[in-house]
Amino acid sequence: MAAASASTLVPPRQRRRLRRRLTDGLGWAVSTVAFLLLGAATVSIFWAIAARGAHALDLAIFTQVTQGTGGGLLNAIEGTLLLAAGGLLLAIPPGVAAGIFLAEFGASRFAPVLRFMSDVLVGLPSIVVGYFVYIAAVVDLGWGFSALAGAIALAIISLPYITRTSEMAFRQVPAEMRDAARALGATDSHVILRICLPIAASNVLTGVLLALAISVGETAPLLYTAGWSNYMWNGHLTHEPVGYLTYAIWAFITEPFQSAHALAYAAALLVSAFVLVISIASRMLMAASRRHSR
Amino acid sequence: MTRMFKLVTFRRFTAVLGGVVAAVLVAVVVFFVIYAWPAIRLNGWHFFTSNTWNTGNLYANPIERNGRMILPGAHYGILFLIAGTLLSTLIAVVLAVPIGAMAAVFLAECVPSQLRTAVSFFVELLAAIPSVVFGLWGYVVVIPFLGHHAYPWMTAHLGFLPFFSGAPGSGYGLLTAGLVLALMIVPLITATVRDALVSQYRGLRDAALALGATRFETLWTVQLPATRRVLVGSGILATGRALGETMAVLMISGNALNYLPRNIYSPISTMASFIVSQLDSALQDPTGLAVRSLGEVALALLLIAVVVNGAARLLLYYQDRTTGTTT
Repeated sequence: MAAASASTLVPPRQRRRLRRRLTDGLGWAVSTVAFLLLGAATVSIFWAIAARGAHALDLAIFTQVTQGTGGGLLNAIEGTLLLAAGGLLLAIPPGVAAGIFLAEFGASRFAPVLRFMSDVLVGLPSIVVGYFVYIAAVVDLGWGFSALAGAIALAIISLPYITRTSEMAFRQVPAEMRDAARALGATDSHVILRICLPIAASNVLTGVLLALAISVGETAPLLYTAGWSNYMWNGHLTHEPVGYLTYAIWAFITEPFQSAHALAYAAALLVSAFVLVISIASRMLMAASRRHSR
Repeated sequence: MTRMFKLVTFRRFTAVLGGVVAAVLVAVVVFFVIYAWPAIRLNGWHFFTSNTWNTGNLYANPIERNGRMILPGAHYGILFLIAGTLLSTLIAVVLAVPIGAMAAVFLAECVPSQLRTAVSFFVELLAAIPSVVFGLWGYVVVIPFLGHHAYPWMTAHLGFLPFFSGAPGSGYGLLTAGLVLALMIVPLITATVRDALVSQYRGLRDAALALGATRFETLWTVQLPATRRVLVGSGILATGRALGETMAVLMISGNALNYLPRNIYSPISTMASFIVSQLDSALQDPTGLAVRSLGEVALALLLIAVVVNGAARLLLYYQDRTTGTTT
């Protein structure tokens, strides 16, 4: 209190207390600033995309295919959904099976190895996955740029996320449920598929949603697997490139035309909005299941 | 008898189907080793120590060297890529770890627990934003600002610092890439450290407070040090992500070729972004050596990612086990 007026008059103990209080305030201030900085960056990104994208969005985006550097994004919207759905379709069976194995048969010697490798797979750079599928499927198997090659690349990227969330989901099923079912004479497959799976399903879904958000936002693994196409998908799994929204962002923003920029901003808005909606949905799902289990 | 048999099958079924996850990782690594092998043999250690990536004269007839056909003048060295990758990652991690940890402190200690999930969402959204959207934001918002305002100001006023002087460039470059990468990896650190702080054993904090420490002293000297292993583990994981980031870096780094950065504004390339930018031209090489050398870049990146992520995971597993026994 009196410290500000004349520090020499303040006894050393009070001075120390003042210094400690100042350090305290400074520390909290730094942590608040750190948070505000990150919050501001998030807002800046979404604002930049939303403001520019809102200008670019019109009906043609949803009704027309891309023509050169103009037109709409219908082909890319369709392609993004197709690739993401294909990737999930391929990734869910092995991913969930791995999760079940890790949660239910964790005592197995193979379990820690599988968990470790799945966790390392998360860190695989997505371009390396894309390059792998490009050489192996697009070139060596001769599929060309295609929906299947793109879906496989996305599946590899999604796998570890689905594995991890599935393991967590099955671990959260109370042990009493399993014991009760086993006591009634249920087999392993019955216990896991009929008893545990319905309980774990909503949490497994959270992982699937996460993988979906990642798939929709990926670019690097698709550049050399799905290619790009101005046309709607013709139903062929191979030998037919498909368009996707993230390509439009990357390729059209560096074009010198206003119409190309508009497509890039519109695509960025669509992708970001989609990812935002999925993130919120999966959070609500997680919160709901937590409330339910409590 | 039949039940025993069935039990084994379901377990095996999940093991085999789930084993695909592990098989994919092994397949990718083995594939790149085999694929890049001719390039590894031919390029030798020069690959990592020399600074020239040159696919050679595409219009000349291939010549033979060490029993393999190559284009005249072809030489593959990626020192500039290693420098660009490591330096941009270094900047990102040096910025993201302290900022991320302090933001985690704010979320764990200053925000009431009912609001914590909602407020944390602002930071965690950064993790959900796709790489290419970061690149777009960097391209249209960050680069004009840094290139026209921040970097000229920094050369004028911070030029006395090493690597801060020299031509400020156009905004594309090392520091820009580092800044955007920092934002991309920071939510990982914030989320892990926040969870570690929230789930920490309360007795630690109470004991320090009872001894008369202020709230921040408690945090700084007791609570944060207790999360050390988590902080290091998530920092390494974040490092792995920054090393492998492709699209954002591709759009904002300036894509330098055969050029070592002179200052923090210099254009750079990273290994991941280089694969995207060079694959088309590498495919023009009829001898296939260019694309296999690019495969060697991918292999190097892959092995770095495996080592970095493996180390981080082992560290975090250990943490899980130790906290599992104390709480």
